[in-house]
Amino acid sequence: MFDISPTEWTAILLSLRVAIIATLVATPFGIALAWLLARRDFWGKSILDALVHLPLVLPPVVTGYLLLLTFGRRGLVGAWLADNLGIVFAFRWTGAALACGIMSFPLLVRPIRLSIEAIDRRLEQASSTLGAAPWQVFATVTLPLALPGILAGMVLGFAKAIGEFGATITFVSNIPGETQTISSAIYSLIQTPDGDVAALRLVAISVVIAMAALIGSEWFARRATKRLHGN
Amino acid sequence: MLRVDITKQLGEFSLQASFESEGRVTGLFGASGAGKTSLINMIAGLLRPDRGIIALDGETLDDTSAGVHVPPHRRRIGYVFQDARLFPHLNVRQNLDYGRRMNRLAADPAQHTRVTDLLDIGPLLDRRPGQLSGGERQRVALGRALLSKPRLLLLDEPLGSLDEGRKVEILPYFVRLRDEANVPMVYVSHDAAEMRQLATQIVMLRNGRVTALGGVKVLTGG
Repeated sequence: MFDISPTEWTAILLSLRVAIIATLVATPFGIALAWLLARRDFWGKSILDALVHLPLVLPPVVTGYLLLLTFGRRGLVGAWLADNLGIVFAFRWTGAALACGIMSFPLLVRPIRLSIEAIDRRLEQASSTLGAAPWQVFATVTLPLALPGILAGMVLGFAKAIGEFGATITFVSNIPGETQTISSAIYSLIQTPDGDVAALRLVAISVVIAMAALIGSEWFARRATKRLHGN
Repeated sequence: MLRVDITKQLGEFSLQASFESEGRVTGLFGASGAGKTSLINMIAGLLRPDRGIIALDGETLDDTSAGVHVPPHRRRIGYVFQDARLFPHLNVRQNLDYGRRMNRLAADPAQHTRVTDLLDIGPLLDRRPGQLSGGERQRVALGRALLSKPRLLLLDEPLGSLDEGRKVEILPYFVRLRDEANVPMVYVSHDAAEMRQLATQIVMLRNGRVTALGGVKVLTGG
């Protein structure tokens, strides 16, 4: 039962790589957006907010198909990126990372936004009277106080990214070694005769990864509360 | 010298204050709701006046007719808030060091020692703000503001959140500060006794208007 085959290993490692890259690249954008939504009032804010949450409510197939239309070889953005920068997403693991990043984005942004909203703005005022320029206030007060929320968001985003299936398979298909993640490997295995045992192995592994991520997220959330109360 | 001549509308409340002060401790005296905090927030640059001028030692900090507004971090005006506002993620030592780091000033161990001795906060340096009593927190906040080497120190009811026993414990530090630290202060309070002990000059505020100016005698003059 615990004899993991090379194909399965490839799928596990690819999933980890896709999810880690997706999370790391999405995080700076997530922080910027969370800050914008928490702190600024501007025209179109509710539209932006809805847009961020869209992947959460849209059928994943729709998101995947939209990605294919935009970032595919003949897609508007995809063609331009391929011709000018040599970046190709379609049917590559980078495309899987893009799909996972977008699908997990709402889960990444939410805890960060909540933790920024929970920060006492009077601390930021105090910081500015001590000579901190706005970027210094952000770097030395806002960011450290939001850090547990940021880590929680990253863990949650990572967990979502590693389990993503619908958008990924629609956008970059299910190519072993290139775009076949744990989820799409399970999907293939359960359609294969005698694939049950291997599928169960991968199922067990995804349960372990998801549990670890949730427990990690919970731990960070508890630290966040403690930190804000100054102990 | 501090010169203030401003108007500010805050909802229903209108603030219209004009005064000049030269004293070591300018006492901003008035009942709660008189506009004291809004006024010193404007001196600190946290709030912008609708109209008027704020100048310190000849430098214009606000001049609405000329479109001048120096942001708080460039004013070098220290501020001790009623609620201390220590950074919860930093220990006392890091809190004290914060202003020096932000202003990129060289380390000044002599000044550091002087301030920690003056306020008796040496034994607290490795603690987190959450582990301090109200009075200790206020002393650290005072030290933090002093160590950023301000040109002027604003104190917004720094004893306001303390009970009577604590007040008696902290007040002597402010007297020492006035006599030894050589930084002009604006001290906000609604407590006439505190004012008599500390202030060298009084600005009395009522319903957003300055009703009396002068020495501590104006407190009794009514």
